[in-house]
Amino acid sequence: MTKRKLGRGVAVIGAGMSKFGCYNGMATRDLFVEAYREMLASVDRGFDPRDIEAVYIANYSADLFEGQAHMAPLMTDWVGLSPRPATRVEDACASGSAALRQGMLAVASGLYDVVMVGGVEKMSELPTEKVTDTLATASDVVYEAAVGFTFPALYAAMATAYLHEYGADPQVFLHVGYKNHEHGALNPKAQFGQRIREIMEARKASAARKGLPVPEWNDEFEFLRDPRANPYIAWPLRLYDCSPISDGAAVVLLVSEEIARQFSDAPLYIIGSGQASDAATHDRATLTSLPAARRAAQQAYEIANITPQDVGAVEVHDCFTIAEIIASEDLGFFAPGEGWKAAEDGVTSLKGTRPINSSGGLKSKGHPVGASGVGQVVEIWHQLRGEAGERQIPGSPAIGLTHNVGGTGQTCVVNIFERR
Amino acid sequence: MSESEVYTHQFAKHLAEKRLVGSRCKACGRVFLPPRIWCPNCQKNELEAYEFSGMGKLAAFTVVYVAPSAMLAAGYDRKNPYCVGVVELEEGERIPAQIFGVDVNRPEDIRIGTPLRAVFVERGEGENKATVLGFEAQ
Repeated sequence: MTKRKLGRGVAVIGAGMSKFGCYNGMATRDLFVEAYREMLASVDRGFDPRDIEAVYIANYSADLFEGQAHMAPLMTDWVGLSPRPATRVEDACASGSAALRQGMLAVASGLYDVVMVGGVEKMSELPTEKVTDTLATASDVVYEAAVGFTFPALYAAMATAYLHEYGADPQVFLHVGYKNHEHGALNPKAQFGQRIREIMEARKASAARKGLPVPEWNDEFEFLRDPRANPYIAWPLRLYDCSPISDGAAVVLLVSEEIARQFSDAPLYIIGSGQASDAATHDRATLTSLPAARRAAQQAYEIANITPQDVGAVEVHDCFTIAEIIASEDLGFFAPGEGWKAAEDGVTSLKGTRPINSSGGLKSKGHPVGASGVGQVVEIWHQLRGEAGERQIPGSPAIGLTHNVGGTGQTCVVNIFERR
Repeated sequence: MSESEVYTHQFAKHLAEKRLVGSRCKACGRVFLPPRIWCPNCQKNELEAYEFSGMGKLAAFTVVYVAPSAMLAAGYDRKNPYCVGVVELEEGERIPAQIFGVDVNRPEDIRIGTPLRAVFVERGEGENKATVLGFEAQ
């Protein structure tokens, strides 16, 4: 088979996001405007939004989260872009990267020169058990949800399979959550801009203020091992292993490669893209890897003609800490069964040799499902342009990668970006 | 559509009869649980009912402390957690199920590979009555 390639090159020339968090009472459409405004301001040489020709909006389930379907024309109208064609893309938690891919394909096809891709989700209006139910609709409802599997439970089951196969200790997951909070503390857009130490000290101070016994945690890991501070959600995953319930929006602007420099001093070129699908969790040959992620990564690396070692900035789908460890192996950064050691040794921190999730990841930055994949691109935008401030990856990375998973790997999308 | 025993909606009916019924492709011989009516292996549409023994082993598991609505209604919560797992049948297929006969208070002692046998759990009343697939440690 001949090597796959795009019909023509596509570049990102603008990127913006709302701060992720809980916006009780605020309308989703207004949150979307926050991201849109920042995206417009990020275009170096200015941009007339009337030049946008089509819009793709990633949204997982406003239907169930807030009783509102048909989000794409609604968001498009709210930023004054009607009557442009507006299409919603839904691939569960991978909706954002899938939408980016659709926007990329639309530009690469030659039909459009300028396409906007957005992602938006508002989860916080529902009580936790209803959020749990809504997220579980991305699994196999007939067979998995029916017997009591929740989303954390599916990843927890993969975690037990991983621990069993590679002989790792359940405590290893704490290192991923700790690290992502360290990174998120450096990201002004993160939902939890606090280090674990800060959260721990706040808990101690709160207890002292209330006249309660002050817990004796000597360090962050004692705090994280304490079931009162960090209760189990689905064994072996605890509260600080799980991404939060979040609201947020993110928007990027895509143009054809030949006009990118008209708008941007430092556009990011999409040099690789891959996507694959898979059966439900139980119906795969392995429970310790996501085969669709491996396929998507392979496609993306081949189109980009690079190896994992060429990638400098990486945002992976850490909906749960185990997911980041598996992702770090599926993307070829570590051999199968070695990802947990890298996490434990700090290799994946900003101070390590293979930083992962400089943004804080979904764990700390937040996981407004439909917005998450687009939010990953926003982080790569800042990292490759050298605009990431305190969390800037050293060495001026030129190539960035996003890894976005829908469900427990029924959809996986990997996109690769380059600053030239 | 031919009258067949392998449609997805019939799986629950078979559970109510305390039977674990998957499907088998007449063309290539592969068996499936849950049942499929289209063979992904050979792209044929000729599958017949195939009864599984109900014997298997634990391939992956978790103990759930934050339960979804349906399990809350069944009486489970943080103080009364439950175990679910992926079960590998002796015929080779895998299926998710609630796991019984393990100590949910000591998840670190639950062992992957534990031999299991299918049990059929009746849950709910009236119109909501349903039989849920479970497996019990041997």
